[in-house]
Amino acid sequence: MIEEDRHFTAELAVIGTGLAGFAASIFALKRNIKTAQIGNTGAVAYTTGYLDLLGSLSPDYPTSIEDPWQGIEQLKSSHPNHPLCRIRKTDICTAFEQFTSFLGECGIAYTPPGKSNLSVLTPAGTLKPTLCIPSTMKVGSTAFSQKEPCVIIDFKGLKGFSGRQVVANLKDKWPRLSSSRIEFPDMVTGEIYPEVMARSLEVPATREKLAKILVEAAGDVKIIGLPAILGMHAPDLVRQEMEQLTGLQIFEIPTMPPSVPGIRLREMFEQLFPQKGVILVPQQKVDKLEFIKNGAQLSLSDSFGPITIHSKSVILATGRFLSGGLKARIDGINEPLLNLPVTQPDSRREWYREKYTDYRGHAINSAGIEVDSSFRPLDTRGQPYSRNLFAAGVILAHQDWIRGRCGAGVAIATAYKAVEEVEKLLR
Amino acid sequence: MRQKTKEQTIETDVLVIGGGVTGAGIMRDLALRGLQTLLIDRKDLCAGASGGNHGLLHSGSRYISSDLHSAIECREESTILKHVASQCIEETGGLFIAVEGDDPGFAENFAALCEPAGIACDSISINEAKKLEPSLSDKLFRAYRVPDATVDPFRLALLNVAHAQIINNSSFRPHTEILLFTVKDGKIESATCRDNRTNTTLTIYAKQYINACGAWAMNIAQLAGCKDVSLLYSKGTLLVSHDRLTTHVINRLRPPGDGDILVPGGTVSILGTTSIRVDDLEAVRPTVAEIDINVREGTAMIPALAKARYIRAFSGVRPLLQSASGSDDREATRGFALLDHSTQNLSNFCTITGGKLTTYRLMAEKTCDLVAERLNNNEPCQTHITPLPDEESCKWTEPGASPKYWFKANDPEDMILCECEMVPQSAIDEIIKDAPGAEKEMTLTAIALRSRAGKGPCQGSFCGIRIASYLYDQSHYHDKTGLIHMRDFFNERFKGTRTVTWGLQAAQMELAEALHCGLLGLDNINDD
Repeated sequence: MIEEDRHFTAELAVIGTGLAGFAASIFALKRNIKTAQIGNTGAVAYTTGYLDLLGSLSPDYPTSIEDPWQGIEQLKSSHPNHPLCRIRKTDICTAFEQFTSFLGECGIAYTPPGKSNLSVLTPAGTLKPTLCIPSTMKVGSTAFSQKEPCVIIDFKGLKGFSGRQVVANLKDKWPRLSSSRIEFPDMVTGEIYPEVMARSLEVPATREKLAKILVEAAGDVKIIGLPAILGMHAPDLVRQEMEQLTGLQIFEIPTMPPSVPGIRLREMFEQLFPQKGVILVPQQKVDKLEFIKNGAQLSLSDSFGPITIHSKSVILATGRFLSGGLKARIDGINEPLLNLPVTQPDSRREWYREKYTDYRGHAINSAGIEVDSSFRPLDTRGQPYSRNLFAAGVILAHQDWIRGRCGAGVAIATAYKAVEEVEKLLR
Repeated sequence: MRQKTKEQTIETDVLVIGGGVTGAGIMRDLALRGLQTLLIDRKDLCAGASGGNHGLLHSGSRYISSDLHSAIECREESTILKHVASQCIEETGGLFIAVEGDDPGFAENFAALCEPAGIACDSISINEAKKLEPSLSDKLFRAYRVPDATVDPFRLALLNVAHAQIINNSSFRPHTEILLFTVKDGKIESATCRDNRTNTTLTIYAKQYINACGAWAMNIAQLAGCKDVSLLYSKGTLLVSHDRLTTHVINRLRPPGDGDILVPGGTVSILGTTSIRVDDLEAVRPTVAEIDINVREGTAMIPALAKARYIRAFSGVRPLLQSASGSDDREATRGFALLDHSTQNLSNFCTITGGKLTTYRLMAEKTCDLVAERLNNNEPCQTHITPLPDEESCKWTEPGASPKYWFKANDPEDMILCECEMVPQSAIDEIIKDAPGAEKEMTLTAIALRSRAGKGPCQGSFCGIRIASYLYDQSHYHDKTGLIHMRDFFNERFKGTRTVTWGLQAAQMELAEALHCGLLGLDNINDD
C-alpha cells in the first residue's frame, strides 16, 4: 500500500461523529459552511432513533415531564448553567425542525418537534418521554394513547425482545395489547439479528413472505408492533409496502442498542455527507489539534497514511466517556485532546451516589467542560481557549443527559448554537 | 419434613441458621449422619463473608507468624478438600515474595516457620520466580513456593446444599430471617421467622438449633438470650481485575497487611485486602480509599496492577473472637469457636463462628459432632472421606466453564444470554428449575449468584436485560415485578462497581446508565 499525505482545507472542522457532530455538520451545510468531520462513528449506532429534548427535571423531581418547553423554563431558575438554558427556545425549536427535516429529505422521516413530549415504547415495555420519533414508530405512540387493540410481534431466535415482556409491563395501561411469536422467513434456526433481518426486508420477496405470516399473527387486530427491522436505507418505504401487503397498520419499537434505527442514521450520514460536500473521515480519531494563526490544524492518520486538515474553526463534539471526549482516571477526569479544564467533583469519592438508580443522578455525569456565551471552551483562566474553537453536545458541564432524558436535545441545540457562532466568526 | 397450614409451620430435626459455607457444610454433614435439616438465610447463600473473600484455599503459610494452630488446621483441611471437593478447587500453587522495603529477616526465616506447621515450603530463585510469574516486580529479592490453591465458595455451598437435599430431603429457604426464639424449660421450642420477600411469618419447630451466622452470630445468639458470644468485626475490601494477571496465588512475604494477596479466579484476579474495624454490619461496602490502598500496595508486588482494568470491588466482614488482641485484626486468631451455650441454660442451641473458608468443613464437623451427640445419633462424620458429588444445576458458577458446556452441547437454539461469560438460556433454565434455593419467581440477583451471569466486564448491564427478557418470555416473570428485579439487580451490581469506575469501566458505566435509566427508565419505577 502506498502511503500518501493528504491535506484538506475547510472553514469548519467538526470533531466527533455522535448526534452533536452530525447535527453540527447538517447546520453547517444549511449555512453553506465548508465542513470536514472526523470521528469514530460508533456513538450514533447506539441511539434508539428517539430524539428527546427534555424528559425529566432530575435532580429536582423523579417523574417524567410532558412539556419540555415549560421544563426548560423551570430549569432556568433551578439550573441556569444547563446548556439548554443558554439557548433561546426559538433556536432550539428551529434546530429540531432543521435536523428532523434534513433526516426526512435523506430518507428517514421524523415527526416534527411538537408542543409536548410523546410517550413511546421501549423494548422492556416501559414508556419514554421524547420529542421527535422516526415515522416508522408513530403508529405505536398513537395506538397507545388511544388504547387501540394491538399485537406486539416478536421472533423466534431474536433475543432481548419479548412481546410477552412488553405486554406484561403495559397491560394495566393498555388492556387490549397482546403478543404473538412468529418465525422470520428463511431464518428459522438459531439466533437471528435485527440488522440482518432489516437488510433482508429490503428484498421484496422477503417482505411478501413476512406479510403473509404477519396477517395470520394479527388475526382480527388491525395494528401490529414489530421490533425495529423494517429495512436499513428506506424504512418508510418498507413500512408503507408492508402496510399495503398486509392491510395492517404497522409500527416499530427500538431493540436494545446498537439497534437498527441507530445504524440507519449512521449509514445514512456516512453515505450522504460526502455527496453533499462534507469531507467525512469516519472511524478515525484526531491525534493532535493545534491552533495556529486564523485557524486550526488537525492531524490524524488512517490506513492510507497521515491526514492533515486546516480549518478556520473547530467544533469539539467528542462526547463523554463512551466516545472518548472525556477520560476518567483513578485520580480525576480530563479532556484528552486539548487538556481543557474539566469541571468535576473534588474527589473520586463523590463521583457516584450510593444507589445506582437514584433519580437525582450521579455527580460524574454533570462533569464537563465550561463554555462562554458563544459556546467557546474556557481555559484554566476562564478565558476562551481560542476564538476559533467551539464545543457542542454532552461534553458540556452542568447537564446530566441520562437522568434529564435530554441527550439529543443538548446535542442538537448546542450544535445549532455553535454553528451559528462559527458563522459569525467566518463572515 | 412436614408442612402444616400452608407453610406457616415447619418441623425439622435441626434448624441451621446462616447460609454461608459453614451452614451449607453442616447441612450436608448432618444429612450424611441421617439427620434432616432446614437451612435458612436472611438473604441467600454466601451473602456474608463466604461470598466476600479471596476464594483462597490457604496452605496455612499465611498464618505461620501469627497463629500456628490455624496454620496447621489450614494445611490439614486444604489437603482434605483437594480430595473431596476437587471440582471446586484449582490447584494453582502459591508464591510468597519479598520486595524491596520488606523485612529481609522475616523473609529469610519464612521456611523455618513453615516447618513446624508441616507446610511444604520451597525456596526458589528470583529467576525461577520470574519465570513462573513474569509480572512480578523487578524489586523482588526473595521467593518461596507453597501449596496454596483457589476455591469457588459459591459452588462449594451450592453443592453441599444440593447433596443434603438429595440424601434426605433436607431443604434450604433463602430470605428467611429469624425474628425471635421461643424458649421453654431450658430449650428453644420454636423459631419465628419472616419471609423477607413475601413479608409473611412462619414458625419453625426443631429439636436442635445451630447458629452459623458468621459475623451475625452474636446478634442471633442474643436473640436466644445468650450473652457468651462476643465478636469483633473486621471489614476487608477486595478488587476484581478484568484479566487473570498471574497463574499462582501471590502473597507478599511480610506480616499480613493491606493489598498483599493476589488470587487468580478463573479468568480474573482478586486483589486484597484491607482491614478496618467496623461496628455496623449492614453498611459494609467498598470505599474509594480502600480501593486506592489495595492498588497502591498490590503494585509493589505486581506493577501491572497500577494500570490494570478493574471490574468490581466487594467487601466482607471477618468475625473475630473477642479474645483477640493486638493492633491489626489480621493478626488476631483466625481460629473458630463452637459454643454449646450450656452455661446459658440452653441445651439445644449452639453457635459456630470465627474461622475461615479453608476450615469450613472442620467447623461443620465439630458442630455436627455436638448436635449428633445431643440427638443420640452415633453416626461418625463422613465429610472428610466422602467426595462431594457434582450436580448439574450447580456447575454454572465456575469461571470459564459455561462456554465449554455450550460448545459441547452445540445446540443452535440455546442462545447466549450473558455474552461476557457466555451463559446460555439452558443454564438459566436449569437454575430456575433445580438449583438450591430455586423458587417460583427467582430474582435476577439470585440467578446471578448461581451462575457467572453479570460477572464479566459489563457487570450484568446487558445480560440483566436479556435474562429478564427471557424470563418474561418463559412466563417466569409476568408483571412489573420483573422490572423491579432488573432494577434491584443493577443496584446490587453497582455496589461492586461504584468505587472502581475509571478508565474503560467509566465508558461501560455510561452506556449502562444510558440503557437502564435513559432508555428503560428504571430510575423512575414505583415499587407498588
